[in-house]
Amino acid sequence: MSLLAAIGRATLALLSTVGAVVLFALRAVASGLTGRLYWRQLGRQILEMGYFSLPVVGLTAVFTGMVLALQSYTGFARFEAQNAIPTIVVLSMTRELGPVLAGLMVAGRVGASIAAELGTMRVTEQIDALTTLATDPLRYLVFPRLLAGTLMLPALVLVADVIGVMGGWLVSVYKLGFGPIEYINRSFEHLETQDVVSGLVKAAVFGFLLTLMGCYHGYRSRGGAQGVGAATTRAVVSASILILIANYVVTELFFAR
Amino acid sequence: MPDTPTVPTLADRPATAPAAAPAKIAIRGLVKSFGPKRVLRGLDLDVPEGRSLVVIGGSGSGKSVLIKSVLGIVPPDAGSIRVDGQELVGASRADLDRARRKFGMLFQGAALFDSLPVWENVAFGLLARRLVDRREARERAIATLARVGLGPEAADLYPAELSGGMQKRVGLARAIAAEPEILFFDEPTTGLDPIMADVINELIRDLVSELGATALSITHDMASVRKIAHRVAMLYEGKIIWEGPVERLDDSGNPYVDQFVHGRAHGPIKVGVERNG
Repeated sequence: MSLLAAIGRATLALLSTVGAVVLFALRAVASGLTGRLYWRQLGRQILEMGYFSLPVVGLTAVFTGMVLALQSYTGFARFEAQNAIPTIVVLSMTRELGPVLAGLMVAGRVGASIAAELGTMRVTEQIDALTTLATDPLRYLVFPRLLAGTLMLPALVLVADVIGVMGGWLVSVYKLGFGPIEYINRSFEHLETQDVVSGLVKAAVFGFLLTLMGCYHGYRSRGGAQGVGAATTRAVVSASILILIANYVVTELFFAR
Repeated sequence: MPDTPTVPTLADRPATAPAAAPAKIAIRGLVKSFGPKRVLRGLDLDVPEGRSLVVIGGSGSGKSVLIKSVLGIVPPDAGSIRVDGQELVGASRADLDRARRKFGMLFQGAALFDSLPVWENVAFGLLARRLVDRREARERAIATLARVGLGPEAADLYPAELSGGMQKRVGLARAIAAEPEILFFDEPTTGLDPIMADVINELIRDLVSELGATALSITHDMASVRKIAHRVAMLYEGKIIWEGPVERLDDSGNPYVDQFVHGRAHGPIKVGVERNG
């Protein structure tokens, strides 16, 4: 019986958490869409998430592109299929690795900082202070972050796609003996609009999820420095897991025929 | 902290409101529990218009919950809170926001927004309600800072660059910037040295009477009580067990109040290990 009880408790806890997260997201989006938009807050978040994440995302993308080219070469040379390398690199980057790696890196960078910032604002009563100053904290703090994340991650992924292909090009041209023009031409040969678009849709979903996790856990943190630390950890872990799950779901929606 | 009997207290001044002023805030049967912990157990309290009422009580007695219930931050389980006759418990968001425009609140840790410079903190309520544009807001903020004894050079500093006393002053400036009808003070002297605490107490006393505002404060600092209160109420085990004018504090005839006012470890109040409420 105690086993069943434990399973039941865990299930109920999971369901109540999912419910709380969904309600939080709905409230935040509803409050953001019904009232004024805080442009100043939105601008700050766009700068923080978009511009200042560029180095991290770019570095991730360039090395991923490079390693993709190298790995596919060592593998594909066995079948005399080296010519597929540009296609492998560009499809992997745009469809999978660009959005997923950018999402995970930004979850670590931005999700954590959102959770820590909102968590600190919660425990130092700054969120209560907003309420007393007739400002809805969901509209002022949460909605601009959700919107910035949803808009900026696709932009970052677009940059990551280009840089990733460039990484593959660098290794292929300088190490594996591809012709520079030939490599670029082959990259575009099999690339379809849908490949890029699906990656950008994924990025928007990941951007929403990772900012939502940061906001939700930060907003609800309790109990001083330790509470804020725990919120930060939960934000990054839950965002990473959700990104991996959502990645499968969106892929399924786009490509499962 | 020693008393300062030479300094006039609010009670020495001619009261701006008549003795039987109507209740600006009327609280009836307020109940709030956190899980098994019953924090407020049917609390009744009136704050007369234009007077300053201070609620005293030990740590964890529910003082903060009381003030946050009135502000609408913590929704009570049962009971009634009326401000100017308007019911706030169960009120719509819009009604609550309208009521909050009458409020100004000084938080215990000042709760300044650390991403914004001092002047934007002070003018936040004005800007949020779009009463002024940014240029005018800055001027209003600097004028308000002057009222709490800070010069215009403080306007562009960030909260992290300020000392505890200065943060409290900025918090006070933010609370009074929109000239509210009701001011709330949550432990206004906590974390300050005795001199700075006295400075803040005097500021509170002067600003409350200048604005003609109604004030509801919570504290356990008796020097603060004697300085800023017209009336005092004692909160114990979730209820108001004594309420009266500040002059009666020393001969209240209530053993609980006596023990608290004189800070005795032994008496009817048993000090257990409780979580902070």
